Amino acid sequence: MRLEILKQLNDAKRARRAAILVTDLAIGEDRLALEGDTLAGVSPETLTRAFLSGKSGLVEEEGRSLFLNVHVPPPRIVVIGAVHISQALAAMAPAAGFDLEIIDPRTAFATPERFAGVKLTADWPEDVLKDAPLDAFTALVAVTHDPKIDDYPLVSALKTGCFYIGALGSRKTHAKRVERLKEAGCTDAQIARISAPIGLDIGASTPGEIAVAILGDIIQALRKRVIGAGV
Amino acid sequence: MNDMAGFDDPLLIAEGWKSEGRDVALATVIETWGSAPRPVGSHLVIDGEGNFHGSVSGGCVEGAVITEAMDVIGSGSARMLEFGVADETAWRVGLSCGGRIRVYVEKVD
Repeated sequence: MRLEILKQLNDAKRARRAAILVTDLAIGEDRLALEGDTLAGVSPETLTRAFLSGKSGLVEEEGRSLFLNVHVPPPRIVVIGAVHISQALAAMAPAAGFDLEIIDPRTAFATPERFAGVKLTADWPEDVLKDAPLDAFTALVAVTHDPKIDDYPLVSALKTGCFYIGALGSRKTHAKRVERLKEAGCTDAQIARISAPIGLDIGASTPGEIAVAILGDIIQALRKRVIGAGV
Repeated sequence: MNDMAGFDDPLLIAEGWKSEGRDVALATVIETWGSAPRPVGSHLVIDGEGNFHGSVSGGCVEGAVITEAMDVIGSGSARMLEFGVADETAWRVGLSCGGRIRVYVEKVD
C-alpha cells in the first residue's frame, strides 16, 4: 500500500468521511474512493452498494479481482431534549449500532438518574456543538418543542448536511418552525429535508413507539441515502 | 463497518510508525469462511522488528502472519496467506474455531 493512500484514508477517517480502499490483488495497486467519487474499472453500482452496506469484501470487475475495504464512520444520533422519548431512544439506539448522546440545557430534565449510562450534557446546544460539531454521519433529533433550544441545532444540521434531521411537533408547530428557519437563512430545499412530524408513519402513540418510529426513520435515511448527493 | 479513528486503529498506527522511519507491513483479512473470529477488512500492522498491533484472527494465527510480514518487508512483494483447519499440517497453525481466513500482506511504502 502506498503511504500517500494510507494518509488520505486516515485523513478521511479523522474527518468522519466514508471511504473505500480498492486494492487490485493481482498487481497490488490501491486506490481510494470517497463517497460520491467514481473510479475507473469499478462500476458506480458496486461502489454505491458498498458505501450503503458498509461491508468490505471481494468483487470481480472487468475480469479483475478487487478487494474493497469499506470505511464508514460509526453513525451517531444527537438528541436535543432529555424527554421521555429520548429515554426510550437511548435504550434502543445502541442495539441498532448507533452512538447516541443527549443535549438539553434544562437541568430538571437532563438528570443522570433519568439517563443512566447515556452520554448526557446539560448545556445549550450552541455551546456543546461548538466543540463536537455535527457531520454527515450524524442524525439530529430535536424533541424539546422549544424553539429556543431546538432551532439552533436544526439550522446547524441543515447547513452541515446531517443524513437525518427530525423535529417533533404538530403540523401547526412545524409550520411556525418553517417560517423561523427561513428567516434564519435556510432554503426551502433544506427545510424539506426535515422529517416532521418526526418518525415513520406507523401510528406510534407511546414514547417507546415514537422512539421506534424515529429509529426506523433514521435507519431508512442512512441505508437509502442517495450517494453523491450530500452525504 | 470498521471501527474508525480510534487511537488504537492499526491504520493510524501504521502511518505513525512510517513517520518514525520504521519499515511497516499491513495484513488485511480479505475473505472468511465459517466462524472466523475477525471480520473481513480487519488489520494487523507489523514493523521490521516484529512489533505488531491489531489482529486478523483474535490471536490464532498472528505469529505466522508476523513471520510472513517480516519477509514481505524484506522483499517488498505482497503475498496472500490462507489459514484454517484444513491447512493445519501445512502451516502448523490453524483457527481453533474451525473457520478459514485469507489474509493479504503488503508493505507500506
